[in-house]
Amino acid sequence: MTDRVKTWWLRGVLPIVLWGLASAAYGQMGVYMETEDFLAAAFPDSEPRVEVIWIDNERREVLAEILDHPVNALRVSYWVSGDKSAWILDEIGKDRPITIGVVVQGDAIEMIRVLVFREIRGWEVRYPFFTDQFLGARLIGTEQQSVGLDQQIDGITGATLSVNALRGVTEVVLFLLQEARGSGE
Amino acid sequence: MNRISIISLLFATTNSFPTAAQETESLQETLERQQAQIDALQEQLDATADFIEAGSVTQLNRTQLQERDVGSQTSIGGYGELHYNNLDATDPDNNTDKMDFHRFVLFFAHEFNDRVSFFSELEVEHSLAGEGKDGEVEIEQAFIQVNLSNELAVQGGLFVLPVGILNETHEPTTFYGVERNAIESAIVPATWWEGGAQLVGNNESGLSWNAGFHSGLEMYTSGSKAFRVRKGRQKVSNAVATDFAFTGRLRYTGIPGLDVAASWQYQSDPSAKPGDGLDDGAMIEAHMIYTNGPFQLRTLYAGWEFTGEVVEAAGVASQSGFYIEPSWRLNERWGTFARFEDVDGAVAGDQFEEFRAGVSYFAHPNAVFKVDVANRDYTQLSKEGSSYTGFNVGMAYQF
Repeated sequence: MTDRVKTWWLRGVLPIVLWGLASAAYGQMGVYMETEDFLAAAFPDSEPRVEVIWIDNERREVLAEILDHPVNALRVSYWVSGDKSAWILDEIGKDRPITIGVVVQGDAIEMIRVLVFREIRGWEVRYPFFTDQFLGARLIGTEQQSVGLDQQIDGITGATLSVNALRGVTEVVLFLLQEARGSGE
Repeated sequence: MNRISIISLLFATTNSFPTAAQETESLQETLERQQAQIDALQEQLDATADFIEAGSVTQLNRTQLQERDVGSQTSIGGYGELHYNNLDATDPDNNTDKMDFHRFVLFFAHEFNDRVSFFSELEVEHSLAGEGKDGEVEIEQAFIQVNLSNELAVQGGLFVLPVGILNETHEPTTFYGVERNAIESAIVPATWWEGGAQLVGNNESGLSWNAGFHSGLEMYTSGSKAFRVRKGRQKVSNAVATDFAFTGRLRYTGIPGLDVAASWQYQSDPSAKPGDGLDDGAMIEAHMIYTNGPFQLRTLYAGWEFTGEVVEAAGVASQSGFYIEPSWRLNERWGTFARFEDVDGAVAGDQFEEFRAGVSYFAHPNAVFKVDVANRDYTQLSKEGSSYTGFNVGMAYQF
């Protein structure tokens, strides 16, 4: 190693590396919220019961249209207490699944959390500055026409697929909840 | 009929018809039997669903919505693009009529555990590689990422440098235009990868940062490739590593729809040869992407400053470029854009202004057909005959 490299390595880069390592704290990587903690945050004052909604062919078609890919699920379970429900679904962003928790109060989104994020890019979607856009969002449309949210969700450059995953899961949850209430499931 | 007969008849009649209570009890028993059958059928249905779902990755309390077997820790992805260029130059001898499968790329990623993952990108350019062929087979990324905390990770291996817009996000479905912009070719030589290590951090404010220590350029100081940054990429192929480089970036994406970033890079010896008149170099790059509904505006500036007797004498110690690109996503299927670029590189071929405009048809969010028209004016008289007007058609996909 030449003297010049040694000099600016020692003066410039090494302090940055040491600072970075010093500021790091060991934690379980990629897991930002455990399921138990998510449910506790969703239902702070009650014990929810588990319900199941079956994905028949008609519902599967609507879900495939929302997510733009075939849907591999026979049934979806969720938690309910009163007028509130909580859902945990996995959807692939670019190439790895994102575990997304959604809480609905009435027919509007009350909370959305990225529980596990496994991808190299798109980390922005797990932070409130992005997920807060979903708060209060409701479903528009029916199974006869395109389903969507009644609020604009601005994307993030380089994270389009992760953004689409969260948007898709939110629409899926609101649609399934509407179906569950309509069919009495 | 005597009284006894009547009484007998009445008694017999009464016993032949069930009482209301008996009917109720009978109905109750029927309902209970039917409920038991329903419960049994539900158990069978649940057992069948459990059996089917056991072969997939769906778990009862965490439903996997997509067909892909993400129970596997390894994933495959990719992108590619085909170009057709029809360009009429001022001098017809410089016309371009060409079709080229410009890039065929495969990603392979593997998740060792919640903390450690591997990511790679393998590319074939121009369809054919080998002696006398135009193409290349290249490893553009191959690094291990270790997550040190929820906000900090370290990457080690071969990685794309955190500079520009396209260098990290270069899937052809993510940008308008058949061809990439020229600033992120001549000034920021995307796609630009080096070997080394970098720290990657972010926090809930939306601020992220990169600090990387990596192999450097080996620029030419004579001949037709002299001082051209793009020609100095070693691509981590038996790369000379006597002099390293450093790249740092600050980026802010804390407001949805806004992406602003600035990068700084220092090359301690861009030619990897001390005393040849190209001593060191530093690049700054800054860009902004603003998206509001269907409207997006991109703008980027990048510039190099080199030191050294020879590079200064050649008059190319400063090289820079910028572009601005508004675009409009008309609907789910169609988008349109316009782009103005001004490049001032090391050679006459990298000194021009260009205007380009076109449309993209999104057959699927990840499958796009593009058409654009372009007008390029070279600023040097020696290249005036190469100035052109023409159109380009492209196909792009990613998965």
